[in-house]
Formats: sequence, C-alpha cells, structure tokens
Amino acid sequence: MNANKALKSLFIAVPMLTLAACSSNQGAEEAVDQQTNQQQEQLQQEESGVDIGAVERQKTPEEIRAEKVAELRQENMIFFAFDDSRISSEYAQVLAAHADFLVQNPGVTVTIEGHCDERGTPEYNIALGERRAKAVAQYLQNLGVSSSQVTTVSYGEEKPLINASNSDAYAKNRRGVLVY
Amino acid sequence: MTKLKVFFITVCALMVGLTGVAQAKLEIVITEGINTARPIAVVPFAWKGSGPKPDGLTEVVAADLMRSGKFNPIPLTAMPQRPSSSAEVDYTEWASLGVEALLVGTIEPYGIDRYTISFEIIDVLRGQITSGTQVLQNGQLVTSEDHILDARSSVISGDQFRQYSHRISDVFYETLTGQRGAFMTRIAYVTVNHDLDKPYELVVADYDGFNERVLLRSPEPLMSPSWSPDGNKLAYVSFENKKPQIFIQDIYTRAREQMTDFPGINSSPVFSPDGQNLAMVLSKDGNPELYVMNVATKRLRRVTNHHAIDTEPSWSPDGNSLIFTSERGGRPQLYSVNLSAGQVRRLTFEGEQNLGGTFSPDGKQVIMVNRTQGNYHIARQDYPNGAMQILTQTALDESPSLAPNGSMVIYSTTHNNQQVLALVSVDGRFKARLPTREGEVKSPSWSPFLR
Repeated sequence: MNANKALKSLFIAVPMLTLAACSSNQGAEEAVDQQTNQQQEQLQQEESGVDIGAVERQKTPEEIRAEKVAELRQENMIFFAFDDSRISSEYAQVLAAHADFLVQNPGVTVTIEGHCDERGTPEYNIALGERRAKAVAQYLQNLGVSSSQVTTVSYGEEKPLINASNSDAYAKNRRGVLVY
Repeated sequence: MTKLKVFFITVCALMVGLTGVAQAKLEIVITEGINTARPIAVVPFAWKGSGPKPDGLTEVVAADLMRSGKFNPIPLTAMPQRPSSSAEVDYTEWASLGVEALLVGTIEPYGIDRYTISFEIIDVLRGQITSGTQVLQNGQLVTSEDHILDARSSVISGDQFRQYSHRISDVFYETLTGQRGAFMTRIAYVTVNHDLDKPYELVVADYDGFNERVLLRSPEPLMSPSWSPDGNKLAYVSFENKKPQIFIQDIYTRAREQMTDFPGINSSPVFSPDGQNLAMVLSKDGNPELYVMNVATKRLRRVTNHHAIDTEPSWSPDGNSLIFTSERGGRPQLYSVNLSAGQVRRLTFEGEQNLGGTFSPDGKQVIMVNRTQGNYHIARQDYPNGAMQILTQTALDESPSLAPNGSMVIYSTTHNNQQVLALVSVDGRFKARLPTREGEVKSPSWSPFLR
C-alpha cells in the first residue's frame, strides 16, 4: 500500500523533475513539443503501420440535450437569501435538469441537504435548513420526481462551505445541496 | 551515573506531565468587571512539613474567585504579610488596603501522600473592631471570634488538591455571598477542527477548562449537549449516520443509547428536572414540533401543534412547563407552554428576534439570545413578562447556559473569526473570554452541582 503510494509519487515527481531540468536549458520548449508530437503519432499508429482517421459524428438533438443536462447536473448547489427558503428563478434550469434525470432513472435516489449561515442559534438553524431542503424537494416533486426518490437532511449551520464570518461566506453557506 | 540519569529522566517526565495538566485548552481573558469585584486576599497556605511544598492549592482558589466575577484577589506582591492563621493577622494593615476578607491556612503532612489542610475565612473589618476583645459568653469572659467566618480542616491525598481547592472556593463564595458556589461543576461543549479526520468532538471539562476528556469523536456534526440532573449523563445530537439522531451517553461508563431515529429533524434534547423525561424537537409529523419522551419507555408525547417552527425547548425548574422558540408570530420569539393544560403564552416582545431561551435555576428569569438591529446578544428577562436587559456586546452570541447557582452564563461567541466560549455574569458586569489554542468551540452546557 505504502510502496504503491511511493511509486505513484515517483511517477509524478520524475517527469516534473525532468520538466524542471528542461526549463533551465535553452530551447526547452522545443524539446517538450517534440516529445508530445511523438506521443500523439504513437497513439494514432496501428501495429500494421497504417494511420487511421475519423470524422466527428453529428449528435442527435437527444444526445445534445442529455449532455447539457449532465453538465447542468454538475451544478448541485442552490443558494438562498437570508432567512429565506424560496428558490430563485436562476436555478430553474439546474433543478429541471436534476428532475429530468431522476424521472428517467426512477431507481436513483437523491438526498437534499439544507444549510444555513452561522447567524441565529444552531437549533433554530436546523429548522431553517430543513425548510430549505424541503423547498428543493418540493420543487423536484412538482417536476414529476417521485417522493420516494428524494430524502432531506438539515445540517443547519454545522457544515459551512466557507468558514468565515462575512457576507460573502454567509451567501455561500445558505444553500441546498443535491447529493446522489 | 545511571541512577542519576534515571532520576533526570523521571524529573523531565514529571515536568512534562505537569505542564500537560497545567495547560488547559480553555484559557481565560477577563474583559470587563474586575474593578467592580470585592477586593480579598488569598494568602498562600503555610507548609508545615519538610521537603518541597506541594503547590497549586491557593492559586486555584484565587483563580476560581476571580472567575466568579464577585471577587478580586489582590496580587501576592501587594500583601503586607503572609499570615497562616487568624492569630497572626495584622487587621489594620489589611483594612488600609481595602481588603474585605482573607483566606489563610496551613498544609501539614499527615501520612504518605496525605495532607491535612486547615483554613480560615476572616472578615477583615470585623476583625479590626472585635479581634482580641473579651466578650461575656455563658457568664464567662472569652476572646471574641466572630470575625472568623469559617474554619475547617480536612485530610486529603496528593491527587485531590485541585478538587479540594474548588471545595475551598465553594465555602469561601457561599460564606461571603450567601449563594452556593459553582466551582465543583463541569462544562460540556463541542469542538470543531477541520484539520482533523474526525473534526467534531464532544468534550467534558472541569468548569475552569481543566481535566478535559473527549467523550465522542466524529466525522459528522455533534450538537446540543445537555446534562442529566444527576450530572452522570449527556444527551446530544449526532449526525454520525448522515442524519440527526438523539443519543444519551453515560460520561463515566461510556454506555451509549440511541434514543431517536425519526425521519426529519431530531434536535434539542433536554432532560427534565427529575431526569425521567427528555424534551426534544422532531419534524416527523411535517414540521418542527416539541415532544416529550419518557427516557425509560421511549414513549412520546406531542406538546406543540402549529404549522410554524417550534424549537429549542427548556424546562421550567418545577418541570410543569417548557419555554421554546416559535415562529408562530412571524418572527422567532419565546413562548411558554403549560404541559398539563397545553396553554401557550408569548413571553418576549422586544427586539427583532428572541431565541434559545433558558430558565434561571430559581425560575424567576429567562436568559436568551436577542437579535436587535441584526446583532445577536445574550439577554435576560424577568419571567414571564419583565423588562429585558442585554448582557453582552460580543458578536454572534448563542447557546447560553447558566451555572447551577444562577450567577454566570457561559455562551458561544465569535472572536477574530473563530467560535469561542465566553462568560458573562447574570448582572452583566463581569465579562470574560475563554480562548482556545486551536479549532472552534461551541454549544457549551454547564453541569448541575456535582458532589
């Protein structure tokens, strides 16, 4: 386990050292360029020595949409105003993407975490966090997601995204997070 | 040669051990109120044995009395003499310094690692008037000793010095204030250090931060520790299973019982004054409501029924009602609910919000978190509907917990971008901060009196 780790770090360290060594030389960039060119040629060459090319296939509208949805699903946080659990319209697309995915995959479940900034008492914030998590859950259900696919948990102010006491941090900490 | 080496190593080990004990995680920085405290003198006790004097007794007493906010022990360098009994006291000298009372005493060897500690609490002003005078008692002339407020003697072992110091502080405090001392108590709190694999710790320490013990270490949040009335158990919320659940843990045996696993919120467990019930907040029926659970049978009883948030229950000392935070009036305010009749009454009206209410031990006052113009401070209000007084000026104050004698509030505040604990006396005069060396400290809970 440890030897494996050490080996891995060597793999990273050795090329970096070579790079560092190169950069001290004149014409280091050229050397690097040459290296990458060789690598690319190797990748495209088959054993018989012929080069094989391809054209990019046109994506179907479904595929384009699926990709966009997947991209939107990378965004899994919804931020809230102070002492507020209403979902701002700017998150409509992101939430629609999540809902889409959940409707098409009824076997998938999602946990929605509700979080608050540090103002107010910790126990009261647990209640506010639950309200935020439930607002997101309700939003998804209104888009056709089954209630059995969605669970909520409130962490109140216990798990801040940014550990600071200023308005920027507060804005980032008042959030709902979709966890698959 | 080797013997000397071994001796040297032992001494080093001892020193390391001692500094380990001496360095409590919670230090104290008194920020306000020492000039209003009563000047007293804690005279180092005279050592009547041979060999090195065992130390750390009067230092602890002086620190206790200073932390109480009621007393200002004068520094050793300002003492005109170091008497070890009332007979040696020069009253005029002490009185001219304005010192009200003296603690003097002796430490004598009794056996192997056993010591006799004797001490006297002396009223300086009365001593100035009556000391040495003869009074008639039962038809006989005797020397008046009414300036000696208390005199005691006990045999203790070497490892009991710290505890016995707190005992002396309790006696001194009660003698001079008429109120029971709270120096033999503990606090429970949660520490958070994100540099660790398990950032969340539930910690119990002596009230002064010494003898810290970690009761639980978790990768997920821990919240709301609350003492059983016998001081043996803590109820708290743990997210160790990725959801909030209420646990009760015996602080001595490590025995741990999971009390709840309801869908939604499982929050704010608080033992009833008789220890048989646990008030809590559950949202299993839709939104946060107050419940009371029998600890033995786990049978639940719903207390509130309102579509707004109801949370943060706290028992009245008689166990007949709960005060709680509710949003039913639009903004969070404190309410009380009678447990037999279910009658709900609003208690607070001042400020934008009032949250986290807790009764004083005599039930005559409520300590809470008040929000006015966006600032969260600890406040006190006569129960049920008296005037409100803001006690603190620190930032983002929350989680107030009262000492069992009702003299002092420990709470969580933010200092230099970090959550720390702080103290404020119930009259608001004495203020202190308890900074830590690393991480954040929050959710303090003061234990009941411990025997």
